[in-house]
Amino acid sequence: MKRAVDGNRFARPGRTPREARGEQLPVSIDMNPMVDLAFLLLTFFMLASSFNQPQAMELVLPPPPEPDEAVMEQPVKESKALTLVLGEADRLYWYRGITEPEVQESTYGPAGLERLLREQLAATPDLVVLVKPLDASRYANLVDVLDDLGRAAAPRYALTEAGPEDRRLIEALARSGENKNGEINNQAAP
Amino acid sequence: MARSAQHGSPVLDMNPMVDLAFLLVTFFMLTTTFRMPEPVAVALPASTAETKLPERDVIQVTVAPDGRVFLDLDGKHVRERLLMRVGRSTGVAFSAGQAEAFALAGGHGMPLDQLGAWLALPPAERKEVPAPGIPVDSLRNELGTWIVQARAEHPAYRVAIRADADVPYARIKAVTGTLLERGVTRFILITETEPAPATGTAS
Repeated sequence: MKRAVDGNRFARPGRTPREARGEQLPVSIDMNPMVDLAFLLLTFFMLASSFNQPQAMELVLPPPPEPDEAVMEQPVKESKALTLVLGEADRLYWYRGITEPEVQESTYGPAGLERLLREQLAATPDLVVLVKPLDASRYANLVDVLDDLGRAAAPRYALTEAGPEDRRLIEALARSGENKNGEINNQAAP
Repeated sequence: MARSAQHGSPVLDMNPMVDLAFLLVTFFMLTTTFRMPEPVAVALPASTAETKLPERDVIQVTVAPDGRVFLDLDGKHVRERLLMRVGRSTGVAFSAGQAEAFALAGGHGMPLDQLGAWLALPPAERKEVPAPGIPVDSLRNELGTWIVQARAEHPAYRVAIRADADVPYARIKAVTGTLLERGVTRFILITETEPAPATGTAS
C-alpha cells in the first residue's frame, strides 16, 4: 500500500514545478517481484542440479570364449603370478605361484593389501595379479581390490573365476589356522 | 535524495543484485542436468577413482542390496523407441501411450510382463508397487534383451553398474556375465569418492 502511494506521488501536481510539468519523470519500477522470482529460480536450479557426478571406475573384461573354440588359458609364468582370493566376511587370501602354493591371509586397507601389492611389485615388477572373488564375497571387496591395483599401478591384472583348487587351498588354510590358534592358545596358557 | 533520507526510506540500487541473480540463474539453467530419480536406494562402495561418470549415453544397471536388478537409461526419445523395439522382439505389445510414459519414467525394475501395467499407473503411484527386479536368470534373461536392444537402438550407450557394496559377488557375476555374453566388455563401476590416502609418506 505504501509503495503504491509512493509511486503515485510523482503524479500529484504541485510537488515541484518540474514534476508538475510532467517532464523527465523519474521512472521507478518496483524490482522486488523480479528479484524474488530470480532468486526462486536460482534456488531451484541450485538444488536440482547434480553437480557432483559420481565417480566411475573403468573395468574391461575379456569376452567369453566361443563354445566351439578351445579354451585358451593365457599362460602365466608361475614365478610372476600373484593370486588374490576374495573370501566371505571380508577375508582376503593370497598366494604366489600356481602349484601347491603357500596361502596366506591379509586384510583390505593400507596395512594389508596396499602394502602387499607394493612389496610384491617391488620384488617382481612384471607381476600378473589374478583376482578371484568367491561367490560369497562382497562387491565392495572387489572394488577395493581393483582400486588398490589401479593405484599400485599393477601392470597386468585379471578378474577370473575361483576354481575348486582355490577353494580347497582356502579351506586347508582355515583348518591349519584353527590348529595354529589352538597351539598358540595352548602355549600362552602356561 | 535529501527528501527520501528525511522520510527514512533509503533508495537501494537493486540492479547489480538482479544482474547477479540472473547471471547465476542462467548459469545453473545451462549447466544443470536433472538428477534422475533413483529406483532404489543403494550404498555405493568407495574408491579413489578419479574418472567421472559420463553425463549422457549411459545405461545404469542398479543392483539393490537384496540382489534385485533395476535398469535406467537416459535419452527420452531413445527410451520411447527402445520400449517399442523390446516389445517387438519379445512379443509383448506396448501402446504409444505406454512408450511415452516409459520415456519419462526413469529407472524401473519390472519384468516385461508387468511393465505395461506398471506404466499405466500414474507416476506417483509407481513407487508404491513393489518391484520384483529385472530377471537375469539364464532361462529368462530380460536384462540381456534390454541391453541388446538398447545398444542396437543407440550404439553410443555405455553400461554402468551401480551396485550396493554388500551385494554378494555371485549377483554381480550374473550381471557382468549377461553383459559379456552380449558383447559388452567395457563397464563403468559407479563408486563413491573416498579421499586418496597420501601415498609414499607411509612406510
